[in-house]
Amino acid sequence: MLRHRAGPDSARPRRHGGLVSEILRVNPIACTGHGVCAELLPELIELDPWGYPIVSRAELSDETLPLARRAVASCPALALMLHRPKD
Amino acid sequence: MTIAVMTRPIARQAWLPRLLAGPGGHQAIGLLEHEQIHGLLPLPELRGRAQRDSALRLIDVIERSGLTGRGGAGFPTGRKLRSVASGRGRPVVVANGAEGEPASAKDRLLLSRSPHLVLDGISLAAYAVGADRAFLALHKREARLASGLEAAAAARAAAGIDTVPIEIVGLPGRYVASEQSAIVQYLNGGAAVPTFSPPRTHERGFNGRPTLVNNVETLAHIALIARHGDQWFRTAGVPGAAGTMLVTVNGAVARPGVYEVELGTPIGAVLMTAGGLTERPQAVLTGGYFGTWLPIDLAWQLPLTHRDVKAVGGALGAGILVVLPDTSCGLAETARVVRYLAGETAGQCGPCVFGLPALADALADLAYQGDRTVRQIEALAGLVAGRGACKHPDGATQLVRSALAAFDADVAWHQERGPCYGIGQAPILPVPGDMADW
Repeated sequence: MLRHRAGPDSARPRRHGGLVSEILRVNPIACTGHGVCAELLPELIELDPWGYPIVSRAELSDETLPLARRAVASCPALALMLHRPKD
Repeated sequence: MTIAVMTRPIARQAWLPRLLAGPGGHQAIGLLEHEQIHGLLPLPELRGRAQRDSALRLIDVIERSGLTGRGGAGFPTGRKLRSVASGRGRPVVVANGAEGEPASAKDRLLLSRSPHLVLDGISLAAYAVGADRAFLALHKREARLASGLEAAAAARAAAGIDTVPIEIVGLPGRYVASEQSAIVQYLNGGAAVPTFSPPRTHERGFNGRPTLVNNVETLAHIALIARHGDQWFRTAGVPGAAGTMLVTVNGAVARPGVYEVELGTPIGAVLMTAGGLTERPQAVLTGGYFGTWLPIDLAWQLPLTHRDVKAVGGALGAGILVVLPDTSCGLAETARVVRYLAGETAGQCGPCVFGLPALADALADLAYQGDRTVRQIEALAGLVAGRGACKHPDGATQLVRSALAAFDADVAWHQERGPCYGIGQAPILPVPGDMADW
């Protein structure tokens, strides 16, 4: 669990609005490898040798959530999304 | 005075075969003969609340039996039935008889030999979840199988056996067409290729309704559990892995074929049932082309259960065992299969479309030239695994990783000295050669 590994200085809550944090997820069928997401969010997304995004499964923090939202909105294939893991 | 005698039940050997009971051979067992062998289909004619209660009792019995899916994943069947039954909307049942795996023959055998056992299971599953429609999905190219099943379904319709009509559907023949989301998308009028989830098929499948997709063998077990009870079912198998399963045995054995064995039977004992070994063995491919290579010393004593095979890093899959003889090259065999799997991609997800051919190339380079490192191949596998909408790329990478582990001595040999003499041997793993009709 990520929460247990958080250091003492990371007092910032990992939950937003009382719900489990979101992660980024890519729909591999819709994705055509434009690579916009990796340009906008290199902290969480890198491209594989064929130009398709490898998305970090880390829960989004208060800092990364707005950046992630921007990447989601910028995907030309509408393949990038925010996802709330069920458990 | 009475003498109390402690009686201990004698350890019973389960009565086998179950699914394959009846006369030998591949000939279809007709409706009358089927009813003589197994008894009538226990479908009570009830209405309203009484029917709902009896349907829930049937799910309880299936859950208690410990039956798990026989299509490969091994998910508890009772739990799946319960979640479909309690879903939003009228459920639908889909029987998956589209055996895509070239190394498996058990679904085809079951469907051609005991069609009524499968059709009984479809009816019971529909009854249990309260479905009003049921489909039996086959590969379109299996025209003879389909006509046999249509005849069987017609005989049942004439006798008024099934409460729900069973429609037989032919899928366009690709390996991935039999993936459950692909079947559902095809039934919905789309292409027979996997879809991105969620929604999951058991929540929103055919026409947005909760859809139960079960392998045909799983359904045939339901037909027997409904007749004989959950306790009877567990008299075969071991604790935690109940019942029997159909296993397709191939490779260096005297009598390759489909066998019904108890779960928990050691792999070596299954191979002996298949006539024993014909050559000195090297490894066993367990679980098929999405499975794993296990060195023979590890495999021989290993009980055939999902848990035991998983514990050694393997996968039981749909019960496929292929014995690789010492004279063959495991790396070349794997390269050939990965090449085939790469050709069978649905062509939808980039990492699968580009990654699988790259992986096949790398493995072929290692096998035939010895000029790839394990690290390079593992890095490629890491780039492919888990990055498709379905499990196609994951299965292929699992196979590759297990080959690197099981044949590690071979890898070193190939790197030092180039190809081994095994690459000249006749192929062991079946790969459809003529792709024209696929």
